[in-house]
Amino acid sequence: MSTKQENIDVSVWRGDPHSGNYENFKVPAHESQTILDVVSWIQQNQDATLSYRYACRVGMCGSCAMMVNGIPRWTCRTHVKKVLKGKKLEVAPLRNLPVIKDLVTDMDTFFDKWISAEGLHHPSKTRLDPIEEIEPKSLGRVEINAGIECINCSICYAACDTVTNNSDYLGPAALQRAWTVYNDVKDADKQTVLNAVSGDGGCLNCHSQGSCSVHCPNDLNPMNAIAGLKRATATSFFNRKG
Amino acid sequence: MNIRLYMLQRITALIMAPLTLGHIAVMIYAVQDGLSASEILGRTQGSNMWLLFYGTFVVAVSIHAAIGVRVIVSETFKFVGFTLDAFAWFVCVAMLFMGGRAVLAVTLL
Ligand code: HEM
Ligand code: SF4
Ligand code: SF4
Ligand code: FES
Repeated sequence: MSTKQENIDVSVWRGDPHSGNYENFKVPAHESQTILDVVSWIQQNQDATLSYRYACRVGMCGSCAMMVNGIPRWTCRTHVKKVLKGKKLEVAPLRNLPVIKDLVTDMDTFFDKWISAEGLHHPSKTRLDPIEEIEPKSLGRVEINAGIECINCSICYAACDTVTNNSDYLGPAALQRAWTVYNDVKDADKQTVLNAVSGDGGCLNCHSQGSCSVHCPNDLNPMNAIAGLKRATATSFFNRKG
Repeated sequence: MNIRLYMLQRITALIMAPLTLGHIAVMIYAVQDGLSASEILGRTQGSNMWLLFYGTFVVAVSIHAAIGVRVIVSETFKFVGFTLDAFAWFVCVAMLFMGGRAVLAVTLL
């Protein structure tokens, strides 16, 4: 007795930086199957020219994010069953980033904004100094813990309407990283961080609607980190005046 | 959005919050035994206290809303530079004018 093979109707964005359209594929359904499995199956069995990006397949590298039925997701850890609409799937390149080809976006602006937000370590010691001990329960360390597991997947950046509407906005991930640096007692240049995040494209643009926190696959809360930056910015505003 | 506009918007919001509560409290008190124009005007006309109360609200909301609408207009219609600032000032002055007229009408005139 043979059971009939079920198929999923998958609509995949094909195109270059200038134009494109959705192309339809029929992909065999399996009991346990991720969106990345589906995309890989198409590339391996139907059209070898389909471009997409992944590396770790286990939710660590942050390279496989795409729009799945309109929502930004890490495709390697998103099960088809969870997101299927009828028997249909729509897979598109991540929102808010320019397309290079098909499902591959150019993430340069996303990473450049990490640098603009001063999401960098500003050393306070040399390699000759002893390593500073950080109390795990200290306030700053607790704040850092909440934001440190970011995998740079850009899902929050794709989910953020403020990024869509204001191309200068640094975005949730970069600002969250700046917040972790700001809370690091080993960081020597907090004022530089604060200046970087309180300018025209900075944290003050965030509307606190929380799409970033809803969609972050690692359950991080960039909105909360940004609220912290807003508080720090407001405090330093009064201190400078006073 | 720069820090000065941001602080101005949040401070005016802080000013409005208690005024709004006061306004609602008086409304609840005032409707206890029916509501009439003469009763309201009896309370507000010639009262410097109510002039100050609603005058402060009008000034605060004109600044607050102008900055708020400025953000929306810049994000939605991509206004920038002079156009954006001119638009925000227009909203501010228009609200000051309309609100100010209403406040004067029930207190002084
Ligand atoms: C007690 C009264 C009020 C409080 C506490 C308040 C508070 C706030 C706050 C915190 C924001 C920032 C939202 C964001 O982060 O985007 C905001 C935005 C705004 N407010 Fe108010 N507000 C009040 C009354 C008003 C009134 C009476 C008006 C209009 C007549 C108004 C118009 C706006 C507009 C247009 C925005 C911009 C929305 C945005 O940026 O997304 N507000 N308000
Ligand atoms: S809370 Fe702020 S950063 Fe997060 S999606 Fe909304 S506007 Fe963007
Ligand atoms: S905060 Fe979350 S959604 Fe944003 S880049 Fe980091 S892991 Fe991805
Ligand atoms: S492939 Fe690495 S996170 Fe999905």
